[in-house]
Formats: sequence, structure tokens, C-alpha cells
Amino acid sequence: MATLRVAIIGSGPAAFYAAEHLLKQTDNAVEVDMFDRLPTPFGLVRGGVAPDHAKIKSVTKVYEKIAANPRFRFFGNVEFGAHIALADLRAHYHQVLYATGAQTDRRMGIPGEDLRGSHPATEFVAWYNGHPDYRECQFDLSQERVAVIGVGNVAIDVARILCRTRDELMKTDIADHALEALCASRVKEVYLIGRRGPVQAAFTAPEIKEVGEMQDADVSARADEVELDPVSRAELAKENDPANVRKVETIQAYASRQPTNKSRKLFLRFLMSPVELFGDASGRVTKMRLVRNTLVASASGALSAQATDQFEELNVGLVFRSVGYRGVALPEVSFHDKWGVILNEKGRVLDPGLKQPRVGEYTAGWIKRGPSGVIGTNKPDSVETANAMLEDAQRGATWQPAQADPISAENIIRARQPRFVSFADWQKLDQLEIARGAEQGRPRVKFTRVEEMLRAVGK
Amino acid sequence: MKIQNILATKGTRVITIRPEQSLREAIELLAKYNVGAVVVIEGRARVVGILSERDIIRRAAQRADLFALNVSAVMTRHVITGAPDDDLKSVMCRMTEGRFRHLPICEQGELIGIVSIGDAVKAQLEEYQGEIETLETQMMEA
Repeated sequence: MATLRVAIIGSGPAAFYAAEHLLKQTDNAVEVDMFDRLPTPFGLVRGGVAPDHAKIKSVTKVYEKIAANPRFRFFGNVEFGAHIALADLRAHYHQVLYATGAQTDRRMGIPGEDLRGSHPATEFVAWYNGHPDYRECQFDLSQERVAVIGVGNVAIDVARILCRTRDELMKTDIADHALEALCASRVKEVYLIGRRGPVQAAFTAPEIKEVGEMQDADVSARADEVELDPVSRAELAKENDPANVRKVETIQAYASRQPTNKSRKLFLRFLMSPVELFGDASGRVTKMRLVRNTLVASASGALSAQATDQFEELNVGLVFRSVGYRGVALPEVSFHDKWGVILNEKGRVLDPGLKQPRVGEYTAGWIKRGPSGVIGTNKPDSVETANAMLEDAQRGATWQPAQADPISAENIIRARQPRFVSFADWQKLDQLEIARGAEQGRPRVKFTRVEEMLRAVGK
Repeated sequence: MKIQNILATKGTRVITIRPEQSLREAIELLAKYNVGAVVVIEGRARVVGILSERDIIRRAAQRADLFALNVSAVMTRHVITGAPDDDLKSVMCRMTEGRFRHLPICEQGELIGIVSIGDAVKAQLEEYQGEIETLETQMMEA
């Protein structure tokens, strides 16, 4: 068959792993054009992974190798739905792959959630990572007590960043505006609050060990909350996962640790759910009411939190909720609102009414399955989708583009968004950021405004 | 990983049958869709039973005249169901322990999907592959 032309929306891990698998085909030629609404690629690796986790970010080297393929092009600063529509893609490509991730936080659904000083954790993450859409966010770091709701990796990242010292942050590529704000932070106590127990906490053993090694923050847990109830003990024994055992043991060790008078305290709390946030007259959060939970096993074996009649109040001036990421619907693309995903069958986008695959449309990554796993989990996920794409292409079940060539595609993109950013442009920007970092002895100093980025690469 | 992460990528179509239908029809469905179980529903999507290959084998071993029976006579009535928010790991443990291979998933009392032990193994395998991939990349590139 003729060259298969694929458009990929999004440029995070799932997008790159799919591109990699498509481009390595030897029996049919594939061309990939990758789009991102930001001028910069790599999705959450740039905008989500915590700045003090430089090692995790090294995965971008793999993506750079994929991008070096001559049949790969990147079009940054081009937004699906704003600059290019589904009809444009159908005119120039055989297939589209949506890999736009899960961009926002689920809501807690409790009164007071929208008081000033209560924020989705993803906004704070995007802010400290220099995402242009969030650089103007304001977080009141003059508050001394902060609650982070959730015990996943985002929650623990947020808690850790709040506890880091200037010295620790200076070694990272944290955005300048966040570095400045965090250096002036008056935060003294951070409460990390999980609705279930240590066994069910989604953060990993290394992540929980890391918070015990911070320069100027003591971590502690409460003995009564980390002692396992019978159902959790049974679950831990049954699943036979040494990593989870290590995680639980680390948490339990924090309960007997003596504080060393460091300036900040991180309190790990378990089996507690916020039920209401209270504010002062100006509408700013001052207090949180929590209920104690017990764990109950359902018939299917899942352990869920059940509220008791014991309540507790916690004075906090800043709240971050991190109770799960969710995806955001794309224009003209079917969407499962409750789960925040594009419903699919092995990556083939399903028509919501007919429950049948829609020709030419595919999905991968978090917008495909929901937020789960680590960066590498997107590889098998994307390979599954890419295989479905290749299979369909083999039997001719693709769009029939009128102009299936790279030049006419680029012409339309240029007409709609003359200031698009190519991969070479990005590489230039990357070098500039690294050079700016070198001046300050930091790994990188990010550009955090789109206009700034575009000007830096002469757009 | 949660059950809904699996359901998202396999659609929400479930092969179902009514209790009053014949066992022959059920067997035809199992063969046609190449699945190991059909969920037995009443009303809009209320689960009243599950009929697996194993239920049929068990009845065949009793030398019953299978094709004279209807679904309700053979199905397992005590059905364990799950919820979209259930943790995959706990559910896998329960399925292994209870020796059942299909878990209908319900929301507000109605069937919205099904997870087989095969789906669960695939998801778990991909999770491990992903972790290995991440660790390898960090070792090679860092």
C-alpha cells in the first residue's frame, strides 16, 4: 500500500511510543506528523514530572531519537480544534491518534471545595513546572499549614516540593517564578491525607522513602493509622508483592521516628476523608473537617473506605486536591465524561451510540485508559493501538485523504498557524534553556511564556 | 490500576442473555463471540446470573439433556460483581482465590462491562512491562 500518513495529537510519552512503533515498520512506510498545542513537546515529562526527579526526565532522550526519523515531523504551537479541525486531518492523513493525556484533577465533590486557597494539585504542578497556561496562578505560600488530599504520586510530589529547601530546589529545573515563590514560602506543616490505609496508597516504595530523606523537613505518621487492619493485612499477604511490603514498612517506620527539629514537618495521615472546607469572611479557606474511615472488603475483593462517625478538624490555609487525574474532551471526538476517557477497543475509538469503531480514529495513553501506571506503561499501551492502526491500514479501512502528502499538509498548517514550532526549533529552545541554566549552575531554566519561546526561536 | 482503566479500552459491550432463553442459544453466543461466559440479565441490565463454560460442563457431566434446558436452570445464581473503581490487584486476588474467571462490572445496579481473568492478566503484565521499560530507560539514559 501507499505511504500511511498519521497525525498524532499530543506529544507526551504515549504519542512518542506510538510514533516509534509506527515508524519502525518495514513492510509499510508510515509518516508521522505530531501536533502539540504548546510550542514544547513531551507532555507530562516536561510539565508533570517533579523537577527534583531529573532521572525520570531522561526518558526524553529516547523520544529525541524517535523524532530524528526523517519521516517524523513535530508541529508545536498548533492546537487541534483551534488551528486544525478534524476535517483538515481527514483531508491530509489516513489516520489520527489522540494522545492528549489527562489534563485535569477530579473534584472531591464536597462543600467549600471552591473556596480561595483550595486548588487542584495539577495546577500547582503545572505552575512549578513552567507550563505557560499556569504561570500566572497564585498560591498563597504565606500560609503555614497546608493539606494535600490524596496519596498518589502527584500528591506526594506536591508535598515534597512544598517541603524542599532553596538549596534542594536550586539544583532542579523548577520554573523561576515557582523557585522564587517557594523560597519565600512560610509553609511549616504539610498534611498528606489518604482516604484508605498504607497498603492501598498509590505512591511507590522509593517515593515514600524519598520524603524521609529531605534536607530540612521531618516526616511522621501516626501509629494508630499505620497499623494494619485485618483486611489490609490479609490483602498484603495475598498479593505477595515485596515492593508493597517495603512501602508499608517504610510508612510504619515513620510512626516511630523521632523528629529532629527540622523547620518543616510532613505529616502522613491515613483513613481520613475531607468532608467540608470552611472559609473566613473573605471566602478564603481556613479549616477542614475530616471523617475517619474504616476499610470494608466488597464481594469482588476490593477494599473501600467507609466513613465512621468520628470527625476531626484541621486548620489549614491552603489545600491541594489530588484525588485522580481525568482527561478533557476534544472537539468533535466522542468522550466518556464520567471516566474522563475516549472509549475505545484496543485503541480504536468507539462511536458512543453504535459502540462500533470509527474509521480512522485512534487513541493511546491516559486519554485511552485513564491515568494509570508509570511513563513506560504507555509503551505497551501505545503499541497495542499502533498495531490496531497498522492492521486496519492493511485491510484498507482508513480515511481516504484527498491530499495525502507531507507538503500539502504543511501548507495547510502554515496557513492556519504560521508560527508553528518544528522539532529543530524545539531543539534550539532546549539548548537555550540549558544554556540559561548553566549560567546559574542549574540543569535548565525554562521559558514559561509562549511568546517568549516563539521569539527565542525567531518565530 | 482500576477496573475502569481496563473497561475503557475494551468498550462496554457485554454478551448477555435472558434466563428464559435456551441453553442452545447461550452456547451459540459463547461460540459466536469466542467468550467463556455470558451474563444473564433481567429488566434493563440487572444481573441475575452468569453462565460459564464451566457451568455447562458441570451439567453435561450429570448427563442432563442439555438442549432441553433453559439458561436459568444451569446458570450460577450467586454472582460476584465488581465496580469500576475497584483496584485491579485486589480483584485479581479474589478471582484467583475464588476460582472464577469472569467478573461482571455494575454501576447503580446495572451491568456496564465485564472483566475476565485474561483482561486482568494482560493489564497486570502491561503494568510490569511498563515498569521495566521505565527502569531500563533510566539506567541506559541517565
